[in-house]
Amino acid sequence: MKSTPILVAAAAVAALVAGAAQAATLDDVKSKGVLSCGVSTGLPGFSAPDANKNWNGIDVDVCRAIAAAVLGDAGKVKFTPLTAKERFTALQSGEIDVLARNTTWTHTRDTSLGLNFTGVHYYDGQGFLVTKSLGVKSAKELDGAAVCIQAGTTTELNLADYFRFNKMQYKAVVFDTSEQTLAGFEANRCDVLTSDQSQLYALRTKIKNAANTVVLPEVISKEPLGPVVRQGDDQWFNIVKWTLNAMINAEELGVSSKNVDAKKSDKNPAVARLVVGTGDMGKKLGLDNDWAYRILKQVGNYSEIFERNVGSGSPLKISRGLNALWNQGGILYAPPIR
Amino acid sequence: MTTAWQPSPSLPPPASTVGAVGWARSNLFSTWLSSVFTVVLSLVTVYFLWQILDWGIFSADLAGKDQSACDGDGACWVFVKDRFNFFIYGFYPDAEQWRVNVMFFLLAALIFPQFFENAPYKKALGWIFLTVYPVVSGVLLLGGAFGLEFVDTDKWGGLMLTLVLSYVGIVAALPIGILLALGRRSEMPVIRTICVAFIELWRGVPLISVLFMASVMLPLFLPEGTNFNKLLRALIGITMFQSAYMAEVVRGGLQAIPRGQYEAAAALGLGYWRSMWLVILPQALKLVIPGIVNTFIALFKDTTLVLIIGLFEVLGGVQSAIIDPAWQNVAAEGFFFAAFVYWIFCFGMSRYSQALERKLDTGHHR
Repeated sequence: MKSTPILVAAAAVAALVAGAAQAATLDDVKSKGVLSCGVSTGLPGFSAPDANKNWNGIDVDVCRAIAAAVLGDAGKVKFTPLTAKERFTALQSGEIDVLARNTTWTHTRDTSLGLNFTGVHYYDGQGFLVTKSLGVKSAKELDGAAVCIQAGTTTELNLADYFRFNKMQYKAVVFDTSEQTLAGFEANRCDVLTSDQSQLYALRTKIKNAANTVVLPEVISKEPLGPVVRQGDDQWFNIVKWTLNAMINAEELGVSSKNVDAKKSDKNPAVARLVVGTGDMGKKLGLDNDWAYRILKQVGNYSEIFERNVGSGSPLKISRGLNALWNQGGILYAPPIR
Repeated sequence: MTTAWQPSPSLPPPASTVGAVGWARSNLFSTWLSSVFTVVLSLVTVYFLWQILDWGIFSADLAGKDQSACDGDGACWVFVKDRFNFFIYGFYPDAEQWRVNVMFFLLAALIFPQFFENAPYKKALGWIFLTVYPVVSGVLLLGGAFGLEFVDTDKWGGLMLTLVLSYVGIVAALPIGILLALGRRSEMPVIRTICVAFIELWRGVPLISVLFMASVMLPLFLPEGTNFNKLLRALIGITMFQSAYMAEVVRGGLQAIPRGQYEAAAALGLGYWRSMWLVILPQALKLVIPGIVNTFIALFKDTTLVLIIGLFEVLGGVQSAIIDPAWQNVAAEGFFFAAFVYWIFCFGMSRYSQALERKLDTGHHR
């Protein structure tokens, strides 16, 4: 065999080998008894450790839901904090089983990295934060503004595109981290702060007189964030995709962690397929038929994880906006479970 | 009877030229210009000192549990108190933290005697520190043996991780560095070439790219499904990088030893290793203590760079905690705490090196 020297080297570090096998992620996760999930190194509302050292956030809850479906216990997740540069390598190399790290679904990433995006659990977009005293009501009035921005992000490119397209001038004031960007904005180094809207809301909680600032209505880019898996394992791809769909469908059907037990005897066949698993919905995924029940019981439906982490139940207070269900003015639309 | 003339005892110098007053007169108020500077600079110093003390102590808030306990006047130490456990232990489970405490205690117990000249069993403790201690700590922290619960390295963090990284870097880099330095001065061309290549390669790249390679590139080269521990990759990277620097520091010491010492050792019939171990290295290492400790201190602070590969050492822990929306404007407190922790350890190392230099300063004064 050609690769023998590599195999020998691999055997030498066998004691340190953490995970194995590429083929069946499901079997791998089951045999490890824990789901390895890649998250950010700290982004409020999405994935960040709290004072009790528990990971919290909407990305984190997606991981927990997958663990609940696959392993039966939402607590059996090993969170691996990853920087933006490491995230895809960690997934490609098998260090993690699923990546839920506020990662934007783009054409290039989906087609050229050997990865698959399984869906969207948060529709984000780039926005603008201004002080009310500036008297600006729309981003179209920002001609000539000084804009605080974080270096090396896609937001920089989006900003350039947006201003060029609208034939406006701007002066970029570039900072290295989001903390510094905010400090620059507070020190009046710039008129506008631009970033993804979710982050604008998170930063806004840190401003001393937040009531004096406003997030402009324009969203100048599409940033659909979703969980990512390795290409070539369709079963695992389906499990992650339908975990997310189950949570969204549950909200639509009015099933939450609080009433999921009562809903077990619900007459609506769609609810029965979800909660009881009539029609062997779980078996078709390679799981058992209680998979969705466990997700809803242990983690909750989409509305619950949204409100708890970024919505009204969190300091961020982000409104549902685009992330509302399709029949409530948003674009969240999950294929039916049937 | 004749009496020899006795000079009357000298009068004490005028009160204005001795003691604190005299010192101040000659150093601080000798001319009007220096008086002005003294007054202005004292006022500035007092002002800033007052501001810092007021922020850090007098107006600071320590009692309470959350943001509401901080009135916004001074430092909000409540935040540091709230996250203290995270800054020290990272994600290490609460129930198992005694193991980390034992490691801290052993570290202190082994190092403390080294600061004193006449401490008992000093040498033995030193050897334990370099040989037994890493094994014991490794078993203790990782667990999985002797009935200890296994705690994976992804749970390690905070000060504990900083100490693990710098301890391993320091203890592994010194012997490797010495061997590389000897190799670079070797007369055997193959060994010399290998050592030169190794040193120049590792010294020629920034640590940040070494860590980045270890974390991002290395897993791509390994066969699929082989993963080795991220912390271990970082440790190997840091050790390689550090030993290259250490080699050059030690080489400086080796070159400072006069040729006569090498010849004398040879004349005594000592072989290469014994002449190095007994004659050359003790002198060479003594000469480069400041350089070695300087490298250690640099390494200790460089461990903060593991932040870029998603490991939460002290600074990383602070950075991930200050973004919590439950707290407002606590960045200064967090960074102050981190700076204080680093300062304590670096200052300790610096004092130790000075004590060591004084002790080993055996008669090069003419």
